[in-house]
Amino acid sequence: MKNNPLFRVTTKVLFAPIILYGLYVQFHGDFGPGGGFQAGVIIAAAFILYGIVFGLSEVKSVAPPGVVQAFTAIGVLLYSGVGVVNVMLGGNFLDYNTLSYDAAHGQHYGILLVELGVGVTVTSVMMSLYYAFAGYKGEAGGAGN
Amino acid sequence: MLDLAHIPVLVVLFPLLMAAVCALLPFRNIAWLLATASTGMGLLAAWTGLEAHSGERVSYALGGWPPPWGIEFVADGASLLVSTVVAGLSFISTIYAKSLIEKEIDEHLIGKAYAAWLLAVGGIQGIVMTGDAFNLFVFLEISSLATVTLISLGGRQDRRALIAAYNYLVIGAIGATFYVIGVGFCYAVTGTLNMADLMVRLPDATATAPLLVGFSFMVAGILVKAAVFPVHIWLPAAYGYAPSAVSTMLAAVATKASIYVLARIAFTIFDGLDDMVFLILEFVLLPLSVMAIFVGTILAIMESDLKKLLAQSSIAQIGYITLGFSLGNVLGVTAGFVHIVNHALIKGGLFMAAGALTVVMARRVSIDSLAGMGRAMPITSSAMMICGLSLIGLPLTAGFISKVYLVLALVSSASWWIIGLVVMSSALSLIYLWRIVEAMWMQPMPASGRVREDPLIYTPLWVIALINIWFGVDAGRVFRFAEQAAKAVGAGG
Repeated sequence: MKNNPLFRVTTKVLFAPIILYGLYVQFHGDFGPGGGFQAGVIIAAAFILYGIVFGLSEVKSVAPPGVVQAFTAIGVLLYSGVGVVNVMLGGNFLDYNTLSYDAAHGQHYGILLVELGVGVTVTSVMMSLYYAFAGYKGEAGGAGN
Repeated sequence: MLDLAHIPVLVVLFPLLMAAVCALLPFRNIAWLLATASTGMGLLAAWTGLEAHSGERVSYALGGWPPPWGIEFVADGASLLVSTVVAGLSFISTIYAKSLIEKEIDEHLIGKAYAAWLLAVGGIQGIVMTGDAFNLFVFLEISSLATVTLISLGGRQDRRALIAAYNYLVIGAIGATFYVIGVGFCYAVTGTLNMADLMVRLPDATATAPLLVGFSFMVAGILVKAAVFPVHIWLPAAYGYAPSAVSTMLAAVATKASIYVLARIAFTIFDGLDDMVFLILEFVLLPLSVMAIFVGTILAIMESDLKKLLAQSSIAQIGYITLGFSLGNVLGVTAGFVHIVNHALIKGGLFMAAGALTVVMARRVSIDSLAGMGRAMPITSSAMMICGLSLIGLPLTAGFISKVYLVLALVSSASWWIIGLVVMSSALSLIYLWRIVEAMWMQPMPASGRVREDPLIYTPLWVIALINIWFGVDAGRVFRFAEQAAKAVGAGG
């Protein structure tokens, strides 16, 4: 598809706004509809679009599979890390109240960090799925990359 | 950090957290060390909780949101007992897994295999600890997706593992869906998902038809997950073709959690609707359990592959547990819990031995190919025999204690003909065990001579074999914990 200027230009124009919109959904999630799951899928969609238009090897040079896989775990660690910090600060697991001087701020920071963890993991899981399916070389080659 | 108050969440957290670290550090020795450490910490936490347990129900509000609004984890006699069994067996099988996983799984996948391993353990612990009916579904999915990954890793030895994994994925997903449909019905009627709250509100519901439908869906879904006859068909292939270490862990702990959930649904959530529950227990679960015992035993007698034989016998053993539960009284449910503990030890040990034999023989182990292996590998084989004798229920082994309590429970509910069937099935299980004994000990040693046995494999195996004898001699401890568990789930109430 990279020979078609329409796809090429549209992708280049849309790539940054898609990610920006993803970040909006991510960080606005604690005031309105949205959150890590939706944002993660939107951000991953930007990379997947890039991959569909410019090819798998191009997107893999932008976001190497090893890094993507590491981020699947980092997101989970961020999420559960917040919970562990809460326990160490004397609260229950994921009791955000302990994170700040009052409950409202604590809840705010907590949900922000936890949703960031969700967003990171969802983005990288969506991209890993895309890499796995797009890189599948049939019975002989096994799963891709 | 091992604060008593946090134990309900810690047993789940250690494996889940370390799963993410293992995925980040995919070096096989580090991953194994992390896996051993986290399952060991999980065991420590669960055991401390069980020892310190005073008989009261301890609720842990996640995020500080009090139940029934927030999700709660519950530490009571039942969840702590099953959690300790899961933690203990997963710890021992993690130690045992090291050399087997290195032999059976591709080098670059080992780190991720441990990550999936820990996810499965953490998911199972979550199923056990949670006090929220929907949260339970989430943990069911975590553990079964991780399990599917682990089973499919057997694809390097035998491509049939991929089909087995796919079957488990589809059948397991149907089971989980049925469960969540049932939860949906209960939610529609009561507006709550918390198990304790459901227990209070369900009897007040004026519409009884949705409750019967909901209960049936939940039980049917969990029966699939627990591999109760006739929805057990995923199990023999899944355990048979998974890598040996994975078979060990799954056979020891995976279905136990689902059977425990069955008790939770029947006796905790639907505690106030005894008529309906006993109808299903008596006319559905009881006949299915008896059929499971016979079908599993007969299939095991006809099976020629060692790992699949053990898996078929698991179906019969699960039948004994659900038979105890289906009686619905404290004695019956206690017998069920006793056998949850003992069967985890028995099958864990037998699958460990099967794994040791598979690695040495470097191919699928059929009963015929076992000829003379008792003489070639005496250390492994004698431990296997102890677990085998425990399986058929010889006195002085854990399996005997299970049978005794099951028969006592059946006597108390005057189900004489079922006692006859239980005794008969025990005699039948002697047949398939005898085939193994005959092949291993009564044939001349194979020409390859004695095999050097790996201490990292046979030490965990012997630990399990000795615990089998210990629990067979000193049964009071397990019985006390099991009775406490039966009362905690609310049996007979």
